[in-house]
Amino acid sequence: MSIHSLNAAARTAPAASAAEALLEVRGLRTEFRTDAGTVTALHGVDFSVAPGETLALVGESGSGKSVTSFSIMGLLPKPAGRIAGGEIRFRTHDGGVVDLARADDAQLRTLRGRELAMIFQEPMTSLNPVLPVGEQIADAVRLHLGVDRKAALARALEMLELVEIPAAKQRLREYPHQMSGGMRQRVMIALALSCEPRLLIADEPTTALDVTIQAQILVLMRKLQHEFGMGILFITHNLGVVAETAQRVAVMYAGRIVETGSVREVFKAPRHPYTRGLMDCLPANALRDQAGHPQRLNAIPGQVAAPNRQPPGCAFAPRCAYAEARCNAAVPALETVAEGHATRCLRWSSLP
Amino acid sequence: MAAAAPAASSASAALGLTLRKLFHRKLVLAGAVALVALVLLALFAPLVSPYDPTALKVLERLKAPSMLHWFGTDEFGRDIFTRVVVGARYSLTIGILTVAIATVAGTLLGLCAGYFRRLDTPIMRLVDAMMAFPDILLAIALMATLGASLFNVVLALAIVYTPRIARIVRASTLVVRELLFVEAARALGVSTGRILFRHILLNTTSPILVQSTFIFAYAILAEAGLSFLGVGVPPEIPTWGTMVAAGQQFADNAFWVVLYPGLAIMIAALSLQMVGDGLRDLLDPRLRKSL
Repeated sequence: MSIHSLNAAARTAPAASAAEALLEVRGLRTEFRTDAGTVTALHGVDFSVAPGETLALVGESGSGKSVTSFSIMGLLPKPAGRIAGGEIRFRTHDGGVVDLARADDAQLRTLRGRELAMIFQEPMTSLNPVLPVGEQIADAVRLHLGVDRKAALARALEMLELVEIPAAKQRLREYPHQMSGGMRQRVMIALALSCEPRLLIADEPTTALDVTIQAQILVLMRKLQHEFGMGILFITHNLGVVAETAQRVAVMYAGRIVETGSVREVFKAPRHPYTRGLMDCLPANALRDQAGHPQRLNAIPGQVAAPNRQPPGCAFAPRCAYAEARCNAAVPALETVAEGHATRCLRWSSLP
Repeated sequence: MAAAAPAASSASAALGLTLRKLFHRKLVLAGAVALVALVLLALFAPLVSPYDPTALKVLERLKAPSMLHWFGTDEFGRDIFTRVVVGARYSLTIGILTVAIATVAGTLLGLCAGYFRRLDTPIMRLVDAMMAFPDILLAIALMATLGASLFNVVLALAIVYTPRIARIVRASTLVVRELLFVEAARALGVSTGRILFRHILLNTTSPILVQSTFIFAYAILAEAGLSFLGVGVPPEIPTWGTMVAAGQQFADNAFWVVLYPGLAIMIAALSLQMVGDGLRDLLDPRLRKSL
């Protein structure tokens, strides 16, 4: 069992079904039962990820990015969280389609790690501190590929080399605390990709890292995506990272996707005031004085309304400079701006 | 195979370093030496002493310590040194078995209570109820129901000390289960059982180890107490507890009858406590720096 035979299988698969979406989320509604009653975290989320494609899911804290990823993985906290509606159609290695929203625990368990994998924001705590890293990777390999210990450790070594960890053979036997944050995130990536999943969910994988390390990790992820042909759902609040990694972007606000399209188009001509606000927040777009020195960052006024106190209409209207009376009447529909570019704003065509 | 050999050597090197750190403190070293000496004495009891621990020699009764009988003789003329050494076998065995049973049972209960929200209340209320009794009182009550025998002492003490382990394991489980690597393991498709025993249990071993050492000491003391009160090991079996119990009526004019088994109890309990303290300090990251 070598990495090459595994890779060959992974490389040919997307080519055969490139036209078909790898992941298709339709009308996903996720609810949480709390002491204060049921709270709807996602109000019908739609998006899709093609094999080999990176979709960036962008939004502030509390916009529902992480709930979306946990819904897909089937890792919603139980018993409080549950998927109340919609479907998550996922195409597996063998070409079959599974609805993850309806799959039972046992089925999800066999899919997680093998078909879908996830990396997290905090590389410092996402590895088991008392097991050598090679052991942890080998565990996952044995679990899903059913190979013996020796082959699994060999695979772990291959993976560490693939994520460009120097002296991989020694590192195999080291514990997480002997490694730096960037190194641990590399190990996490090796762990997540060890069984060649078709979809990788990356939940702010670079947020906790140094800027220089961030760039290295992003380059590494792109290289591995090229090699493995997996789809990536990249969750972030960093628009700079989006421009760097993704082909398409979906902007989330208060449990809904408010704008979606190709990164190029959305960045060049955002058609939702929230997307525009996010971009104005970037330090490069700060207000400047006559001499051109940055004076003040352009923050979006106010904050996201609590999920149980959502306005009846557009959720962004209370913070929006362009809001009109009709914005508060009903939730706007997702309107098509151009091919593959849609926005949930009534005034998109008249935005200055 | 090639990979296994260096892994083993680096593991043994790490163990050596840990032991060096552990024995850096004189008190811990002293405890460990005393403990090892006791265990060796118990293991090689027949080689250490020429006397029969149970043969009666009425002519030799209550002889003071001498070159012939280092610790003197008891009311039936039996050599007390021999009986203390043989008693170490029983007392240490009772301690080890108690710790083993209590640790396994307590760990299982604690893991379940800490990990499965639904089981938390039922298990922990039972544990609280058991901990509400003073240890020795609960043990006496259990012995009264079970009847005096070597195995029942182990069983009763294991029941008494299981809640202590359960509490500690539950507390650690509650912390570890919220750590991201447990979530990450779940995201890799690892089953609940494997998460419990490979990821959570492995991260709670140090508090379990420390508590087990202390319980070992308590169990030796409690066995002595039960036997002294006449509800523990049957008097014909020489444990330290039964020796003190039988000797107490002669203590006025033959102090050695109770002194030496008493000292043995003290040394065993004290050395275990000292080793346990050292382990706790070594394994607790907040105290580790001061070592």
